[in-house]
Amino acid sequence: MFDSIDRSAPSGGPSKGPFSALPNAAGVGYKPQHFQSLLDDAAPVKWLEIHAENYMGDGGRPLAQLRHLAQRFPISVHGVGLSIGGEAAPDPDHLARLKHLIDWLQPARFSEHLAWSTHDSHFFNDLLPLPYTDQSLGRICDHIDQVQSTLGCQMLLENPSSYLAFAESTWEEPAFLHEIARRTGCGLLLDVNNVFVSATNLDYRPQDYIDAYPLDLVGEIHLGGHDEDEDDHGKPLLIDSHGAEVVDPVWALLDYTLARSGAKPVLVEWDTDVPEWPLLQAEAIRAAAALDRVRETA
Amino acid sequence: MSRERDFTSAILDARLPVPSGLLDGQNQAAGRRFSVYRNNVAVSLTQALHQGFPVLTRILGPDNMDGLAGQFLRAHPPVSPVLAHYGHALPAYLDSLPQLSHLGYLGDIVRLELALRRSYHAADAAPIEALRLSTLSPDALLACRFSFAPAVSVLRSDWPIHAIWRYNTVDGAAKPAPAAEDVLITRPDYDPEPHPLPPGAALWIDALRSGDSLATATDAATAAHPDFDLSAPLALLIEGRALTDISR
Repeated sequence: MFDSIDRSAPSGGPSKGPFSALPNAAGVGYKPQHFQSLLDDAAPVKWLEIHAENYMGDGGRPLAQLRHLAQRFPISVHGVGLSIGGEAAPDPDHLARLKHLIDWLQPARFSEHLAWSTHDSHFFNDLLPLPYTDQSLGRICDHIDQVQSTLGCQMLLENPSSYLAFAESTWEEPAFLHEIARRTGCGLLLDVNNVFVSATNLDYRPQDYIDAYPLDLVGEIHLGGHDEDEDDHGKPLLIDSHGAEVVDPVWALLDYTLARSGAKPVLVEWDTDVPEWPLLQAEAIRAAAALDRVRETA
Repeated sequence: MSRERDFTSAILDARLPVPSGLLDGQNQAAGRRFSVYRNNVAVSLTQALHQGFPVLTRILGPDNMDGLAGQFLRAHPPVSPVLAHYGHALPAYLDSLPQLSHLGYLGDIVRLELALRRSYHAADAAPIEALRLSTLSPDALLACRFSFAPAVSVLRSDWPIHAIWRYNTVDGAAKPAPAAEDVLITRPDYDPEPHPLPPGAALWIDALRSGDSLATATDAATAAHPDFDLSAPLALLIEGRALTDISR
């Protein structure tokens, strides 16, 4: 596979990306096993997300595939390792790697998470939670200022899936994210599966969260699957897994959101137990149908 | 104590209590909700080690690999978010485990798997045309020095690591016989390939990579191994698109 494509060195990649923005259409998280399917039969997928950390090598097949796809699809680079919500500032080495990737690829978007993943130079490979206080707010804004000035572009910040809350938190999450965006000029990413997971786990109505979210600042909407477990009291505990189909209540929450936000770039993420292309494509078709409905009623 | 330090200590050591001040939606103690993080970290890093070391996983079996990964990820959590490089500390860790001392080759097998992964992600480089070499006179060729592609590396082992690697990745491959084996890794296109090297060839390639001329490198290899013949390893380098430039 993959012999017929442009094999120029990564440094010979696009100096200016062909796509300056994401379309208000369906996208999917890119997995290498879907490379050929995306070239042959992508519809209705109009854009792709990649995880930044998977494309930080110096060359080889990953960057060659990415260079090829970037000529066909707008790309959104999604970081999972910057530890924006961490007590310490983002690791300068990692930020430099990210800048190298962004400068080379010139993606349509860059986004990261309201979470932390690195402590004391150890990386935990999970999106870990933080208290929402004035102190953490100031720290996160400093980190985002540093990231945006280093990368030279606006970033989007994503709402997390929550399994617990911090006693010391003094901010509600939507207001916290809104204030970060106001202070730093960053945009927001709204993951409606994360909203559904957090709302179930922490006993609130997901629609109330959407109502409180500053939808005009949202540059991407994400969808994904979750797992079901129980807490100590036998109550449902949902776990964000990106390893299954999106459930019907989350599709309904997407409709609820789009009815208020209007059409946006909508992404389906499937990262573990990755299915054959037709199953992920079917999820993208469903996302595209939701976008068609909101355009018809607009 | 910082929240993060509290959190990470309790994530890596399930015997520690859940950090205080963590609540569910009814302001009750979060309890086993914290286990989601413990589980996510352990499972995702264990998966990364399975994927990064398929031959080690095959030799140990998935259950033993899970056990090893669980110990290793706690002793050596990743030091970078780029998990393609996770596991640098694993060879020395395996070498230090007394319960695995009867499988003395495991450390070198893991070094081979790490080298294959480095090669996979190494920078692209255009190879020299084989024609350029064939037009040189023997004397001119011997005076040449070579530049190597970043995806090329050489491993030396006291164990038959290429034969063990093949036995665990290729159906019907011969059972490994005791022998020391040196391995050359090339990446002719996008897939790294390990090749067993004849005696003296690892020394010869290392000399070439350090900038010695073909004559000097071949003299050194022949001094150490009188039977050394450069034709087979030179063919491996050319066919593996390992050489990127010639100078004199």
